[in-house]
Amino acid sequence: MLRIPCPYCGERDEAEFRYGGEVPGSIPQTDVGDQAWADYLFARDNPKGLVHERWCHSHGCGQWFNVVRDTVTHRIHAVYGAGEAPPVVDCSNESQADGGR
Amino acid sequence: MRGYSFPALVGRALRGHRGWPKAWRSAEPERSYDVIVIGAGGHGLATAYYLAKNHGITNVAVLEKGWLGGGNTGRNTQVTRSNYFWPQSAAFFERSLKLYENLSRELNFNVMLSQRGILTLAHSHHEMEALRRWTNAIRINGIDSEVMTPSEIGKLVPLLNLDARFPVHGGFIQRRGGISRHDAVAWGYARAANALGVSIVQQCEVTGFDIADGRVAGVTTSRGSIAAEKVCICVAGHTSVLAAKAGFRVPITSMALQAMVSEPIKPCLDTVVLSPAIHAYVSQSDRGELVLGGGADGYNSYAQRGGIPLLEENLAALIELFPAFSRLRLMRQWAGIVDITPDTTPIMGLTPVKNLYLSGGWGTGGYKAIPAGGETMAHTVAHDAPHPLIADFGLDRFESGALIDEGAASGVAH
Ligand SMILES: Cc1cc2nc3c(=O)[nH]c(=O)nc-3n(C[C@H](O)[C@H](O)[C@H](O)COP(=O)(O)OP(=O)(O)OC[C@H]3O[C@@H](n4cnc5c(N)ncnc54)[C@H](O)[C@@H]3O)c2cc1C
Ligand SMILES: [Zn+2]
Repeated sequence: MLRIPCPYCGERDEAEFRYGGEVPGSIPQTDVGDQAWADYLFARDNPKGLVHERWCHSHGCGQWFNVVRDTVTHRIHAVYGAGEAPPVVDCSNESQADGGR
Repeated sequence: MRGYSFPALVGRALRGHRGWPKAWRSAEPERSYDVIVIGAGGHGLATAYYLAKNHGITNVAVLEKGWLGGGNTGRNTQVTRSNYFWPQSAAFFERSLKLYENLSRELNFNVMLSQRGILTLAHSHHEMEALRRWTNAIRINGIDSEVMTPSEIGKLVPLLNLDARFPVHGGFIQRRGGISRHDAVAWGYARAANALGVSIVQQCEVTGFDIADGRVAGVTTSRGSIAAEKVCICVAGHTSVLAAKAGFRVPITSMALQAMVSEPIKPCLDTVVLSPAIHAYVSQSDRGELVLGGGADGYNSYAQRGGIPLLEENLAALIELFPAFSRLRLMRQWAGIVDITPDTTPIMGLTPVKNLYLSGGWGTGGYKAIPAGGETMAHTVAHDAPHPLIADFGLDRFESGALIDEGAASGVAH
């Protein structure tokens, strides 16, 4: 069970939230070609380790926000607002200590 | 390779089952190979087997970071079927089921294929209509499937509660579908490939690629560098990790998919029952355990363990369908990291790096695909061009837009 700290309501169970996937890069111009669009629409970093992702507190305040989470340990390292720059996180490679290479 | 047979079994039994030879040999890594296959799951092992058998390429190593079959191939719920919607998927998965039907003989290893039928339920009028369309599409593709009424379903699965919270409006069955033994598939391919000269190297993690002028020349591993003419990636949930090391991104999300088994009970369920709407499916193993599963945890994960909320959801749905199961205790619960694509169709074929090939994106349903996956990937590696059966499964479909949307079309987890 993930316990997710909503920046507006505080920490709640994962069941109250909706997942929005990885925070995407910026929308490409319309004339950049199929490859750039395929990359934007479909390709993912899908990192083993820290991921920047979106969550919506759908059964609470209804707000979207971003989370920095480790995909091996599920530890949440930081929470930041939608559209904000991600905070710098020092996790001293904890997922590697966890056997996650 | 000493053949397994009834006389061999009797002979060994009389001698107290002593002296059975090892099924396959665990090798030490060498300096170079013609082909390196990364990942000793079903897809990697089958690819190596067909490379040796169909294409005469035997200087092949399968490199595995853990132990053979320890990934999703040894963690799945063994559902084997070919009732897909789109013609490309139907042709591919039907080829796989046909290969499964003869696999025990092909590998001289009993994979215990049990074609007990797989029944898919509909819980509303509208779902039933979609399901009829799906059944027709499958039949037009030349694959067996039959619509069933609630009373026919009641006779086939007497323990099923037809008046559940979401009543059963009907369903359809693929009678040639069923289950088989996943460890036997991994070990059978390993043994047969090994007998043809393929090396299986365990505890050898690929940590990077040796790429020059856009062409792969080998891999770096936890046990040193190894050269190779060609390299094929078959690492399921770790596809993105290895693709990143080769310098490209893939449309894959890794998630934890769980399964669980109950304590063993007497035979009570002789088919596989699946409900796409409430996301649960169940079969009974030969040992008597009920094998249960559902959807994947809803967020990126490499943790190889499932979350409790989803487990509760699966079980609540299942108990509503089968009230008699509510008193059973669970014996084990586990998860595998599955590689999910946007259209739930696998990604197979060439990559942006020359001589580097990819078999991935198997997601929640690649066990049934192992024989055809291996056969077509071996062809693809040997000829440096995709096998016709998988020509539409390439990475380039995300640029052309020619997605094969099995998830939306058939609405299935497995
Ligand atoms: C709970 C669960 C239930 C499922 N149920 C079904 C089902 O009923 N029917 C069905 O058809 N499918 C099912 N699936 C999906 C199916 O199991 C997979 O799609 C299939 O097994 C994938 O096979 P594979 O050989 O590609 O991957 P795997 O068997 O996962 O093998 C990949 C191997 O690569 C190794 N590896 C990873 N990284 C490296 C590296 N850097 N170096 C060396 N080796 C590496 C891993 O250790 C692993 O052994 C299920 C999956 C799960 C988790
Ligand atoms: Zn909130």
